[in-house]
Amino acid sequence: MKVIDIRKDGQSEIRRHEGEEILVKGCLGERYIGEGLKSGRMHIEGTPGNALASYLDGGEIYVDGNVQDAVADTMNAGLLAVKGSAGDALCYGMRGGKVYILGNAGYRAGVHMKAYEEKKGILVIGGKTGSFLGEYLAGGMIIVLGLGYEGERITGYFCGNGMYSGTIYLRSGEMPPNLSEKLKSRYVGDMEKEEVISPVVTDFAHRFGLSPKRCLEGTFIAIEPDESKTNSQLYVAV
Amino acid sequence: MKKEGEVRISSGCAISGIFCRDERRINGDAIKKSIAMMHARSNGLGGGFAAYGIYPEYKDFFALHIFYDSEEARNETEHFLEKRFDIINLSKIPVRQSEKITDAPLIWRYFITPLPHMLQDSQLDENEYTSRSMIMINDKLDGAYVVSCGKDMGVFKAVGYPEDVADFYRIDEYEGYSWLAHGRYPTNTPGWWAGSHPFSLLDLSVVHNGEISSYDANRRAVEMYGYSCKLLTDTEVITYILDYLTRKESLSLSECANVIAAPFWTTISTKDEKERTRLSYLRKMFSSFLITGPFSILVGFSGGMMALNDRLKLRNLIVAEKGSTVYFSSEEAAIRVIEENPERVWAPVGGEAVIVTLDKEKAR
Amino acid sequence: MKRYRIRRYEGCISCMKCASECSFGAITTNGKRELVFHHERCTDCQRCVSFCPSGVLYITEDENRYKGNRVFTEDVINEINIQAETGSALLSSMGASGDDIPIYFDKMLLNASQVTNPSIDPLREPMETFTYIGKRPEKIERNGEGEIVDNLPPHLELETPIMFSAMSYGAISLNVQKALADASEKLGTYWNTGEGGLHESLYKYSANTIVQVASGRFGVHERYLNAGSAIEIKIGQGAKPGIGGHLTGKKIVGDVSKTRMVPEGLDAISPAPHHDIYSIEDLAELVMSIKEVTGYKKPVMVKVAAVHNIAPIASGIARSGADVIVIDGYRGGTGAAPKRIRDNVGIPIEVALAVVDQRLREEEIRDRVGVIASGGIRNSSDVVKAIALGADAVSIGTAALTALGCHLCASCHTGRCAWGLATQDEELSRRLDPEKGAERLFNLVSAWTREIKEFMGGMGINSIEALRGNRMALKGTGLNEKELEILGIGYIGE
Repeated sequence: MKVIDIRKDGQSEIRRHEGEEILVKGCLGERYIGEGLKSGRMHIEGTPGNALASYLDGGEIYVDGNVQDAVADTMNAGLLAVKGSAGDALCYGMRGGKVYILGNAGYRAGVHMKAYEEKKGILVIGGKTGSFLGEYLAGGMIIVLGLGYEGERITGYFCGNGMYSGTIYLRSGEMPPNLSEKLKSRYVGDMEKEEVISPVVTDFAHRFGLSPKRCLEGTFIAIEPDESKTNSQLYVAV
Repeated sequence: MKKEGEVRISSGCAISGIFCRDERRINGDAIKKSIAMMHARSNGLGGGFAAYGIYPEYKDFFALHIFYDSEEARNETEHFLEKRFDIINLSKIPVRQSEKITDAPLIWRYFITPLPHMLQDSQLDENEYTSRSMIMINDKLDGAYVVSCGKDMGVFKAVGYPEDVADFYRIDEYEGYSWLAHGRYPTNTPGWWAGSHPFSLLDLSVVHNGEISSYDANRRAVEMYGYSCKLLTDTEVITYILDYLTRKESLSLSECANVIAAPFWTTISTKDEKERTRLSYLRKMFSSFLITGPFSILVGFSGGMMALNDRLKLRNLIVAEKGSTVYFSSEEAAIRVIEENPERVWAPVGGEAVIVTLDKEKAR
Repeated sequence: MKRYRIRRYEGCISCMKCASECSFGAITTNGKRELVFHHERCTDCQRCVSFCPSGVLYITEDENRYKGNRVFTEDVINEINIQAETGSALLSSMGASGDDIPIYFDKMLLNASQVTNPSIDPLREPMETFTYIGKRPEKIERNGEGEIVDNLPPHLELETPIMFSAMSYGAISLNVQKALADASEKLGTYWNTGEGGLHESLYKYSANTIVQVASGRFGVHERYLNAGSAIEIKIGQGAKPGIGGHLTGKKIVGDVSKTRMVPEGLDAISPAPHHDIYSIEDLAELVMSIKEVTGYKKPVMVKVAAVHNIAPIASGIARSGADVIVIDGYRGGTGAAPKRIRDNVGIPIEVALAVVDQRLREEEIRDRVGVIASGGIRNSSDVVKAIALGADAVSIGTAALTALGCHLCASCHTGRCAWGLATQDEELSRRLDPEKGAERLFNLVSAWTREIKEFMGGMGINSIEALRGNRMALKGTGLNEKELEILGIGYIGE
């Protein structure tokens, strides 16, 4: 496996090895790593900077530690798996692919994620998240597992504010605080858990060497837009 | 071109802070390294540092850092000071000339204490007496600008990248238990050095990242109470609000956080009754000091530091701990560059202040 | 005053609907089921036009014009003739129409965020228009444990910074008040009784009612004062500063008489001043006497007309113990006012608000008192601009009446309002369905509130208090330097 010292070799060296399996080490705030990557497998050591994996278009990126802000921005395909935590505005406008965060995510995780034709953005967070989880969600799926936070609140305020499509699943028996009246929430039945959540969470668990059973145990809540409360009457032409 | 203060200039920024709870004094190398890590968040039009615990031999005196445009301004200001204060010591602040830092004003340092009879006649405490005098210098004396005036602390700032500003002021030669740094990304040229940050009044100093949308509502509110916003920057108005709320309204810093980053009413309604009453009271009582729009600030004060995000958390802010040292920064990498293995790293919740103080003191 | 002509296209089916709708006697029928037009009585209220099933009726200005000149215009000539004939002062209604007095709202443009800070989508992110209005104590207090003690006086609580202006039962019908009260309850705001007392059937709206005490003290008693969420002392109104009120005995009938506690048929005269207030310290006495009788549980508001020395007046009110200052500007409406006064006395609300807010700040008391602006607020942008100039909230009168059908014919003083608003005639007042009216008011204020949120979101502001007095949000155009200085704003592009 090719080893790249980012501070010595720079970003261009990463680009030269697209499609291969590489290890990028010594990261400390370098922005834009893995932007638009289409294939290959990248392992990252250290703390990569903002805009990691934005426009990711295939391939796989594995990060050893924490990641910063605006990660997986406008991602289209591929996989990003982070062993640590993520900063704010994770997966903004992500249209496809998978993002797995083992730790926590900051504010606005999954903001305006989407789905289009066969594409469907999937975000799984192992820990808990800040406020505005799944804000403006326009499609795709967000799962928050709250591992290690059992019995605690695993999202902040204004969860799912303004979402108009897609689903947020929380492994929790407690509804998030101040949920918008334009959303509906429900407990997830066994069949849905088995068919929809289980395959994704099992894959998540395997990537981090966790037990899928543990990640799936307990109650899940689903949050979705309430279609009966649309905003169609907002404007009138003059 | 108009200089900053005649026009309001927007800025993006990087901020960083280091605080040693055990009062261990460290030199300016670490903070320089941290802020330099975020070079891309600045554009070379402003950088600066605040340090606490750097003047132990003069810790009972107000330490003034002053910019002068001319010798006349210096003479006039010193004349003004002599009438009101006992000047214990004065000197030029030593700098390392560099081609990266140009157009430097005259930069002087004074250690002063109010003349006892003047203080007594004024019927003010020494902080109020001193802050009024400093505001008067900035307001009335042309070509003089007080950069900082607290005890056992000082602000070093200039137009340039923060790492170059650090070299210019030789901050590696100072040792303090608390350091703040700022790298600025203003939308246009500030025109003078005073526009750089930190902004400071008495022992408070503030670095800020973001642009607040409530600016003029806040400015006009704080100007009611004897403050004069000369620079039209967010940092200036935030500093004055904090000075007003802590010193004149006797609020604690965490109460200040509940005022300037007040929770939404819907959030307040989820709290228990006692907390609900307390938060509603603060929000109603000090509604003009609610700050909206993005901000993350670090506030240095004697013996402590506070970090605070706006209530929507529209700017980034990371905190980390290792032993008795606490690190704050806009980006995690800027902490890891000086402390590779912190014991704890976290992003504080929007609107909830993180306040650290010296182990020997309790929260203010 | 304009003269009108009633016209009709081909296709009239002689249903006589127009004649039955016209309350001014401008359209009548003769014995042969033919329409007779009395053009001179037409007020252009548009009632007949709205109700003509064939859509063939229309009103035009009379094309037979006096020649006049630039100085002696047709209106001037008309008015001279009327006064020569009658020896009377001219009476009119609605708001001032001084054509050359600028509407400053239209000369100010608002800001929005681009790049340096984010705008906010009000549909998806929290956006607070919730407003508390009232007095704030000078200092906070703490108990023995160092906890803050709640020493805040009572506040008004508004879901949206838009209230309904004072309009009395007598000037407007009970149905209009019902609609206002009902809408206020649904909107989480307040309506104001005006000076005609509070009808028994409206006591249930107490939580959304502001009761007024004016110089006539009609219908004022202990129960009335305690029925309000706040009490407003009315000193003056923008349409007729310095002038009292006069409700003719003709309108003092039935429930109006009962509610005002004035004998039927007797004129209800509101003196020009309150005869217990000849000076500012007297105002303090009245404020405190009202607080005493209401147990210090309700904010006391003082409403004044915007006049030249409004800044020191407002400052005096703030120091009188009052919790809220209500300023009514030059363009404020009325049910009846001497026309010369209406059109020539007072100053526009924008200017009054700007100087009051600035003066209260210079005196360090702006944060201790609420400021409500009224007088010619027409839409949500006026509201946003008023708040950016320094108001806590605004109140609307004419706009609310317009939502209920008013067509601004300015004939309120006749008591013959064809839309059933400014009348006590039972037949006419039945023309307004209070439920339908409440719904229209609710819609109007909801729509404005939504637009206010869009303005705020565009500026990256998510709380109304951060807009209050935020004058950088405003820039002027077509204004001279003096005007900019007084409004406390910059010129566009600055």
